[in-house]
Amino acid sequence: MTKTTETKTGISRRSLLKTGAAAVGFAAGSGVITGFPTIWAQSNITLRQFGTGVSNLNAIADKCKADLGITLEMTATDSDAAAQRAVTQPDSYDIADIEYWICKKVFPSGVLQPMDVSKLKYYDELVPLFKTGKLTPDSVIAQGTAPHTVGYVEAQDSKTFAKAPTNWFTMVPTIYNADTLGIRPDLVGRDITTWADILDPAFKGKTAILNIPSIGIMDAAMIMEATGNIKYADKGNMTKDEIDKTIDFLIKAKQAGQFRAFWKSFDESVNLMASGEVVIQSMWSPAVAAVRSKGIACRFQPLKEGYRSWGGGLGLAAHLKGAELDAAYEYINWYTSGWVGGYLNRQGYYSANMVSAKKFMSEDEWGYWIEGKPAKGEIKAPDGTVMEKAGAVRDGGSFEERMGKVACWNSVMDEDRYMVKRWNEFIAA
Amino acid sequence: MTVALERPAIAAAKPARRRRFSLSAVTPYLQSAPLALILGAFLLLPIIMIVVVSFWDYDFAAMYPDFLTTNYSDVLGSWVTWKTYLNTIKFAVIVWALTLFIGFWVAYFLAFHIRTTAMQMVLFLVCTVPFLTSNIIRMISWIPVLGRNGLINSTLVHLGLVPKPIEWLLYSEFAVVLAMVHLYTLFMVTPIFNTLMRIDRSLVEAARDAGASGWQVLWNVIIPLAKPGMAIGTIFVVTLVMADFSTVQVMSGGQSASVALMMKNQMSLLQYPAAAANAVVLLVLVLLMVAGILRIVDIRREL
Repeated sequence: MTKTTETKTGISRRSLLKTGAAAVGFAAGSGVITGFPTIWAQSNITLRQFGTGVSNLNAIADKCKADLGITLEMTATDSDAAAQRAVTQPDSYDIADIEYWICKKVFPSGVLQPMDVSKLKYYDELVPLFKTGKLTPDSVIAQGTAPHTVGYVEAQDSKTFAKAPTNWFTMVPTIYNADTLGIRPDLVGRDITTWADILDPAFKGKTAILNIPSIGIMDAAMIMEATGNIKYADKGNMTKDEIDKTIDFLIKAKQAGQFRAFWKSFDESVNLMASGEVVIQSMWSPAVAAVRSKGIACRFQPLKEGYRSWGGGLGLAAHLKGAELDAAYEYINWYTSGWVGGYLNRQGYYSANMVSAKKFMSEDEWGYWIEGKPAKGEIKAPDGTVMEKAGAVRDGGSFEERMGKVACWNSVMDEDRYMVKRWNEFIAA
Repeated sequence: MTVALERPAIAAAKPARRRRFSLSAVTPYLQSAPLALILGAFLLLPIIMIVVVSFWDYDFAAMYPDFLTTNYSDVLGSWVTWKTYLNTIKFAVIVWALTLFIGFWVAYFLAFHIRTTAMQMVLFLVCTVPFLTSNIIRMISWIPVLGRNGLINSTLVHLGLVPKPIEWLLYSEFAVVLAMVHLYTLFMVTPIFNTLMRIDRSLVEAARDAGASGWQVLWNVIIPLAKPGMAIGTIFVVTLVMADFSTVQVMSGGQSASVALMMKNQMSLLQYPAAAANAVVLLVLVLLMVAGILRIVDIRREL
């Protein structure tokens, strides 16, 4: 399922670059550099961005064009294709909009360049989760590919990740969220409190997990650890032995008929839930919203073991320099300056810069999405459709409550290939 | 496909008059050139590329030209492959038997029980009407029928015939076989109908005059003469089922594996050489099956 969205202007990229460079040269020569936006508005520079779809939104490209005069050409792919493209076609993009676990695979190959923190206007406002791994000073650092572990390199030309924050940022975090199990509160008939509840014999043949190996294995690990059968050193980087135990456990549950289906795409998960084939399953936040928008009760159930989280950011292609590089920094500074943050927050994701995003949200929106307060009026999606009525409270509560309980980040394991092989056995078993 | 391949071969094999170079000597080659070029560029070349790639090395990002047999030893050495192949062959056999049975009787009815040719054509076209929609849609439309709260289950529960919905109707091997039979029966009907229409009716009359019963006529006259149609239908159905991934994925709810689905998984993880090795193994297997069918029934002679 590779969806391609491209926003293009009629003028070729080459001619845009020429005019762009000429305009910058002219501007520099005449000494009028005051603020970037005016310059880009005159020069019509284009940035090519590719990524994993969630944040490749046309609304962002339109707003970027209006605010900065920068044309964004966006291409959306699935995450495996994104990882491959990042490495094999480094000249085909200027901005990589990828998840942190992809960054872990891609950055060491030298196709991205780190960012100078001092050029990032809003660096200080970014959520500390992406700098130290802790949302609040006393939080516990989650397992898996936590963003801060791949967030910095030692120097501008370095390819190895730094242990602590440095002046060189690999990606600016943009969008992230915490995932858990979705349930049909009208059909489960009891309180769901733990990941292990998906294995309850009462739900035999009424559960599903997702069939995307790298994410499915994490959900499986959350479930398995919740049953008390195993304690992982790091769920995000299992040993062969841990992988074997997890997969054998899944095969046993599958053969006992616990699962109704294994879904691969967003709409499959929505249909399984909406039709009542499944009452408890792994799910993504917008899928829960989609089921609810059909008038069917569906809850993104917070569980005591915590959430499985994912996060993405923007990285700069290694080939960027001069005017293009300046434009890319300007774009990233604009991205974190609030409008996009408010837009993402209103979709149920989280922005990495909450301070600026708050300025672009109404008090009620901020209260509902971020503070976990009951909605005072109708809560609308960015496109104007009503998502929640007055009085509704967000599943899982406030930003701190949700992102403070992350147990594990999406990750890439050292034994990745072995894991995929065993996962295929699970599906065939 | 195989049939199409044979044609230029026959044309080329005709003994050319060898007296001296003349236009008539090259004519058959010229005549077969367009098809040969198209098949070469769009069939042979891609297959050669698949075979070449199947020996390459790879990691998550790229493929490296090499000559490794690990892709094949991985494919053939894993129990998943064997189990998946067995599962796929099982589907092929069940679906083949059902489509052959249903297809033969539909074709028999059209050919022998409908009197006028016009009516035969009308009914035959009626059979093809569902094919005006996409086969994905025809497959997915089974889901609301078979589901836990679907048409069949809610009717049964409503009538009090079953206490609670029957679970195995959907997301099961039953659902896969049902959808495949639905999708592929026409591929059996068409060639069998075609051969039945060519049977000389006087043969049937002669058999009756000689005192054969209805079943004896069917068994000793009609079925042997319908064999080429059955063989062509069999080739269609078997190759379609062996290469299917969407029906298995959708109707089994991801619970069941098929060879093509295994390849699709590998490709989505960018393991192209592994998928290519799998494709080569599948190709060899299907070609062997087709060769076996052609050995039993000589399609060319009997057409």
